Amino acid sequence: MIDPALIGDLYVFVLAGFLGYQVISRVSPLLHTPLMSATNAISGISLVGSLVVAGAGYGPLSTALGFIAVIASTINVVGGFLITDRILKMFKASR
Amino acid sequence: MQRTLLQLFYLLSAILFILGLRGLSHPRTARRGMFLAELGMLLAIVGTLFHHEILSYRWIVAGLVLGTVIGAPLALWIPMTAVPQRTALSHSFGALAAALIGISEYARHGAQLGAGRAVVIGIEVMLGSLTFTGSLMAAGKLQGTIRGFPITYRGQNFGNLALLGGMVGLVVAMALMPGAGAAFYVMVGLALVFGVLLVLPIGAADMPVVIALLNSYAGLTDAAMGFMLDNKIQIITGSLDGSSGFILSILMCRAMNRSITNVLFGAFGQVKELPAGEKATKPVRQTTVEEAAEILGTARSVVFVPGYGMAVSQAQHRVRELADALKKKGVSVRYGIHPVAGRMPGHMNVLLAEANVPYDELYDMDQINPQFAETDVVVVVGANDVVNPAAKRERASPIYGMPILEVEKARVVIVSKRSLNPGFAGIDNGLYYNDNTLMLFGDAKDSMIKLANALKE
Repeated sequence: MIDPALIGDLYVFVLAGFLGYQVISRVSPLLHTPLMSATNAISGISLVGSLVVAGAGYGPLSTALGFIAVIASTINVVGGFLITDRILKMFKASR
Repeated sequence: MQRTLLQLFYLLSAILFILGLRGLSHPRTARRGMFLAELGMLLAIVGTLFHHEILSYRWIVAGLVLGTVIGAPLALWIPMTAVPQRTALSHSFGALAAALIGISEYARHGAQLGAGRAVVIGIEVMLGSLTFTGSLMAAGKLQGTIRGFPITYRGQNFGNLALLGGMVGLVVAMALMPGAGAAFYVMVGLALVFGVLLVLPIGAADMPVVIALLNSYAGLTDAAMGFMLDNKIQIITGSLDGSSGFILSILMCRAMNRSITNVLFGAFGQVKELPAGEKATKPVRQTTVEEAAEILGTARSVVFVPGYGMAVSQAQHRVRELADALKKKGVSVRYGIHPVAGRMPGHMNVLLAEANVPYDELYDMDQINPQFAETDVVVVVGANDVVNPAAKRERASPIYGMPILEVEKARVVIVSKRSLNPGFAGIDNGLYYNDNTLMLFGDAKDSMIKLANALKE
């Protein structure tokens, strides 16, 4: 009943979660705000799924939904990376 | 062949994302890390544009252009105090994208779905929808469009649980009858309502936890979308994002000594009735700008403890100017930052960095607390609950157990405050009545300017 592909995906999900826990635990508390905007930007990766739906011509409904999804994800990618950089630029060491 | 190539692109992106997040372990490497992450994103997007199923680029290009036109100004022009709202808003955009793609998948396949796939789509759209409205609510509360204090009613928790049960039931129904469109669309409606109800009872003081929690929901939504489309890059990214939000939620909860269930169901932030009679009986020691300036000028070490009140009155630049005046006199200056000093994790650091405070002068709570005993003067600006000794001593206090900045161990504490009104949680602060505490009443910004001027003379 359960798709074997789903099990493979589950492996990836769980292992990435462990990796994420290790990597994020080492992020400096100084940078927790840019961390959130950075993960926002990265999670704009939903764009890759949206692009296909917007362009594959599955039908008018799918194209419309895909189009809106492309806009929403692009806002996250562009906005997320821009504001992360804007914030990080402000962190300077004392001379 | 082309499909394999795309998967290799995605693998490379995943590696670059992880390296990018790793860069955030220090401000020195952070920007370089983000550059790697941007490169990873570019690879993934360009690779996807060659996807074999894409027939027309009309809507893709239009969407990319529109998204950039909306996203860039939102990032470049908003003030740093508004970063929490923007973050909440972007969680809602991400969740919206995921929910819409899920709806499209269901509309396309409907009855032909196997039970497993139907459940995956159901969960994906459920998470997406509730994160979408929940994050919109959080953004509204942070912006002040929606009233900040908790909105509660009788039977709220029961109502929410029933709603959750209903949604889960409908997802199960989808597994049994994947063709039953009504079950799916009713579930979407319930999830949208559930998101609103989830954030409605949470007060503005709890927003750091809520944002972090919604961050992890947004990550889970993204991962669920990856499961739905069998797309590993989305699963990896969603999982990273989800664990990041989860870690931050735990850190924020620990900083407030609250459990996540308590935040979600406790409706903190209501002004609680205080036991009468205890208040306003003790005298406070008031000080003047001249006296405070003299104490500061003769100190060897000064620690500033900023709270959100400082950011609200935009006094951070004035605080830094005062710090500069002190440093010119050879005084060592540091800042003690409580984890929930701002409206989102790490927010206060950003507000101070914006005012050109060097990051090596910023100390988090665990670093600064052992140093207070050797500190001559602590200046508390706009902070209240995070320096309230009741959190350590009074079992009856609503904030009992919350870790605080132990400023009273310093030789002198100067508190810059408008009046003696209790703070956000409506709790009286014993610090103000201590013998080594001097109260400097007045607008924080104003006081900082006057202090800096007095020191320059």
